[in-house]
Amino acid sequence: MNDISKSKGAWEPKIIAFLCNWCSYAGADLAGVSRYQYPPSIRIVRVPCSGRVSPNLILDALRSGADGVLVSGCHPGDCHYISGNYYARRRFALLKRFLEFVGVEPDRVNFTWISASEGEQFAQVATEVTERVRKLGPATHLLKEF
Amino acid sequence: MSTVNEKITSEIREKVRELLASGHVAAFLGYTSGSVPMVMQPLIIRTPEDADRLEWNSFCVLNLANYLPALLKSFEPPRRPGDPPPEGPLPKVGVLATGCWSRNMVIQVQENQVDRDRVVVVGISSRGMVDRKKVLAAVGHRDVTAVYEYDHSLKVSGPGYEREINRWDVVRDNCRTCVHPDPVIFDHMIGDLKGERDVADRFRQVEDIEVLAPEDRWSWFSTEIASCIRCYACRNACPLCYCPTCFVDDSRPQWVGKSIDKADTAIFHILRAYHCAGRCTDCGSCESACPMGIKMRILTRKLQKDVLELYGAEAGMDMQSPPPLSTYKMDDPQDFILTESIKGEEK
Repeated sequence: MNDISKSKGAWEPKIIAFLCNWCSYAGADLAGVSRYQYPPSIRIVRVPCSGRVSPNLILDALRSGADGVLVSGCHPGDCHYISGNYYARRRFALLKRFLEFVGVEPDRVNFTWISASEGEQFAQVATEVTERVRKLGPATHLLKEF
Repeated sequence: MSTVNEKITSEIREKVRELLASGHVAAFLGYTSGSVPMVMQPLIIRTPEDADRLEWNSFCVLNLANYLPALLKSFEPPRRPGDPPPEGPLPKVGVLATGCWSRNMVIQVQENQVDRDRVVVVGISSRGMVDRKKVLAAVGHRDVTAVYEYDHSLKVSGPGYEREINRWDVVRDNCRTCVHPDPVIFDHMIGDLKGERDVADRFRQVEDIEVLAPEDRWSWFSTEIASCIRCYACRNACPLCYCPTCFVDDSRPQWVGKSIDKADTAIFHILRAYHCAGRCTDCGSCESACPMGIKMRILTRKLQKDVLELYGAEAGMDMQSPPPLSTYKMDDPQDFILTESIKGEEK
């Protein structure tokens, strides 16, 4: 975190987005190619599948200074690896409930399905998530002060 | 007249002596008294004469399934990764199992940590184990030099005092809300099966926290784990934790720092509990092993509740049904998915 992002007023949320290579990453690409506007707070990490996203990655993002996390994969039934997102769905459902249980705000960690043709939806989701995280303010619970 | 536990102890000794003498098992994993009151230690015996060292009482709090994979491996000829499996039948090992321990053994079989054919399970229907921290609290944290156990009460004595405590009052939280006291798998049974227990609000501890506001939940969580010294006793006592390299020991990437930094401790507890999702049998070993008295069992309990609510599964109840996180259904609940919830709102 640099000094500008810490000063009040100029704060913009930092959101780490784990996007699956086959759908959501292509969806984000389409949003760009189609020139849909969405806030620049999203930092994209391309992963092979939403099933690749382990809770370690999500928590590591929050620990390293992310204010929010977005994980997006193919719609159920469309997974490139047939079933990766079905397994991921179970894991994410439990993780989201569990993080809320220990007091992480519900809107910090978000999960979506975005297909490769849903560029506009990606822009909408990115805007929505940014707004939600902006309302919550900077994440502090799991942030490690190095 | 002998108490329930004395009867169980003598039956265990008899059965184990028979198993070892006949050569049916090469070793038996049970419990013996520790060096101080209210602490029992796991014991592996290899000769029938040693059977008399076995003991059973309400302080057998650690899950014996934890020691099973390593014990089985100790009877295998050494081999490197990639070597063919050893030929011929390997020696069997006997083990005591209550409800939750046996469920952990089911999980170990499902996760290929234990070969069911090599384990002889001697089942005991659990009466609930006693939390020594509760006993110490009941006597005002005075020194305890002797504890004698009756069927429904404990006689605790120390320098200058003697107290009789109702047993059920000091039984561990997880045992008080346990519904499956009977072993799920067993080859021999000590005593009778008790059947399912009827517990009205078994997730009460979790629900009490769920109703709080997020900020209050965070303050509960951060206060609860504040005293953690990161000794990993909870991990080491857990039969689910058998990874050769634990995520806490990874250095590239380093998921959690090794100090007692607040964020690192929080992430350690979140991930440790999460790794047990859909696998935890609520045996309470983690909480019993904790030297700081942290109630980390509530975390795994929450996951257990959610797995039951969302997927209708309880860990280790059935050898045939796959672990809940290793399977899926097409129509698993997904209201938590942002795009789905936005769609729902539009409708």
